[in-house]
Amino acid sequence: MTSANLDRERFLAHHRLMCRIRELERAALRGLDDGLVLGAIHPSIGQEAIAAGICANLRQKDIMLSTHRGHGHTLAKGADPEAMMRELFGRVGGNCGGKGGSMHIADFNVGMLGANGIVGANIVIAAGAAQAIELHGDDRIVVCIFGDGAINRGPFLEGLNWAAAYNLPVLFVCESNGYAATTKTADLTAGGGPAARADSMGIESHEVDGNDIVAMDEIGRRLIGEVRETRTPRFLMAHTYRLTGHTGSDPAAYRPDGEADSKWADEPIARSADLLKNAGATDAELAAMQTEAVSEMSAIFDSARAADWPAAEIAFEDVQDLGTPEEGAARW
Amino acid sequence: MVKMTYMDAAIRAVSEEMNRDKTVWALGEDLGRGGVFGQYRGLEDEFGPKRIVSTPISEAAIMGAAVGAAMTETRPIVEMRFADFALCATDELLNQAAKARFMFGGQTKVPMTVRMPVGMWRSSAAQHSQSLEALYTHIPGLVVVMPSTPADNYGLLKAAIRSDDPVVFLEHKDCWALEGDVPEGDEVLPLGVARTVREGSDVTIVSWSKTVLQVEAVAAELADEGISAEVIDLRTLWPWDKDTVLASVRKTGRLVVAHEAVRAGGFGGEIAATVAERLFSEMKAPVRRLGSPRTLIGYAPTLENETRISDDMIKSAVRETVAYKA
Repeated sequence: MTSANLDRERFLAHHRLMCRIRELERAALRGLDDGLVLGAIHPSIGQEAIAAGICANLRQKDIMLSTHRGHGHTLAKGADPEAMMRELFGRVGGNCGGKGGSMHIADFNVGMLGANGIVGANIVIAAGAAQAIELHGDDRIVVCIFGDGAINRGPFLEGLNWAAAYNLPVLFVCESNGYAATTKTADLTAGGGPAARADSMGIESHEVDGNDIVAMDEIGRRLIGEVRETRTPRFLMAHTYRLTGHTGSDPAAYRPDGEADSKWADEPIARSADLLKNAGATDAELAAMQTEAVSEMSAIFDSARAADWPAAEIAFEDVQDLGTPEEGAARW
Repeated sequence: MVKMTYMDAAIRAVSEEMNRDKTVWALGEDLGRGGVFGQYRGLEDEFGPKRIVSTPISEAAIMGAAVGAAMTETRPIVEMRFADFALCATDELLNQAAKARFMFGGQTKVPMTVRMPVGMWRSSAAQHSQSLEALYTHIPGLVVVMPSTPADNYGLLKAAIRSDDPVVFLEHKDCWALEGDVPEGDEVLPLGVARTVREGSDVTIVSWSKTVLQVEAVAAELADEGISAEVIDLRTLWPWDKDTVLASVRKTGRLVVAHEAVRAGGFGGEIAATVAERLFSEMKAPVRRLGSPRTLIGYAPTLENETRISDDMIKSAVRETVAYKA
């Protein structure tokens, strides 16, 4: 797509969303420094175009399964960022009432069936959600996002085979950021990698520059449409780069000198800004979008900080219908 | 009442629940052919391959898909073939099914029933014979059920399928052919409620699964010796029916717990500890626990039998408990 025929409104919306994801995570990192974010967070800074390009093409009732690096997916799927920040802070009003935190963030009202603290676990869950949709006979689809580190786990094989064997409407999206936690994925991955493995199971695979919002939007629209239409799985390998460490407190000293610096030149929001400017957007317009995102997340940050801790008693709620709470409360 | 085997009672329960609720479906290896023991016999003909789903040998995917499907407005029945194989799906059951409701703050429930055939049966050796119930009782979020009779397999399986909790449902392989009376009409038994198999006044014997049948026979013989044993089939291990057990032990002042699983770390320990905590001053004798010694289940009958608790062991334990003088 050239800048001349770019759907400017659409890509301005994508740009706004990417800025909001980036600023949500920057605010979360600030919260980590301030001791407000309590547990580990896994930022997706540098990977925002994948969340935006995929989710822009989903319907709210479509189902998404995400990962520990899931803030971007969750916001893009339509979750309320204030509830998300409260969840990261472990406060009342969080998506999960403070029970989950970053790694279990979920918003079932918008079809976001959960981040997951176990790498690759979401792949088989996604396959089952799609099987349930087929039993119901409706036209929802499932998107399952995971990192390149997940492809060496058994559930990757089992889940992809399952989706192919039963012809299930799942779009598998591998966010290939080059690292499996703190190890270069390529160093310990045999064969041709994620897409080759999908191909080997007869799942049509595609590769895309995941930092190119135009390419992401185009392939997202196409593959989501195909999955919805054909009720068969597709696999998308989106190349990107994790600009931060594995967690918010990981300085990523294991990366080769200069690697991250060189990748900042390729990051999706700057590329999107260039694209929009070529299409006639003004610096002022883009700067305003950025400022709005900063102030939105700043307000959310303050509000989350002011929120209460959950009442201790809810530790015994939503465990199970049977067998709780009174006996479950016994500690001595 | 109608005479029926433990296996047929389960088939009927699944069939009735699938007719009653279109969101109930089953998945597991070889289900279309009736399942490895025949415990799904005829169900594919009745419901078709979309609801009686034969799966690849992919335990993680079987369990994980059920979790996803249970969070997507269906009620899957998972067949694990052998309880031992469920260990291949440990993350999916313990980290996903058991935790999704809590960690997502109550946004979802995970209504799934996980059937796991357990127990020693026909020289099945170390990887096809285990009774692993204690593992699941330790995991918050799970309900654990172990029926011993056809009627209970029928009524409790129906309750498990209707439960909104993930239920680990452990059927004993050696009970498949056991015959017994089963209600003719639709009858659901409550989970978490023990069954008093036999009333007695001298000693309480708590057991579950196939061992209940053994204890029941032993209790009848002990009656001839003048020992009046109350036999309780726990049926549901979590939540377990403390009220019934404590009331019985309060009455008898003596407790023997017997199960097929390894004694060390077995669920009998939880019962013994609870009784010791609550009823110490009312006890006339120390609690006795019977279970497998902490070794592996061998293939040869001589070895397999070394890991079984015998009728004589139960009798001796009961006699000693009743005869105990402080």
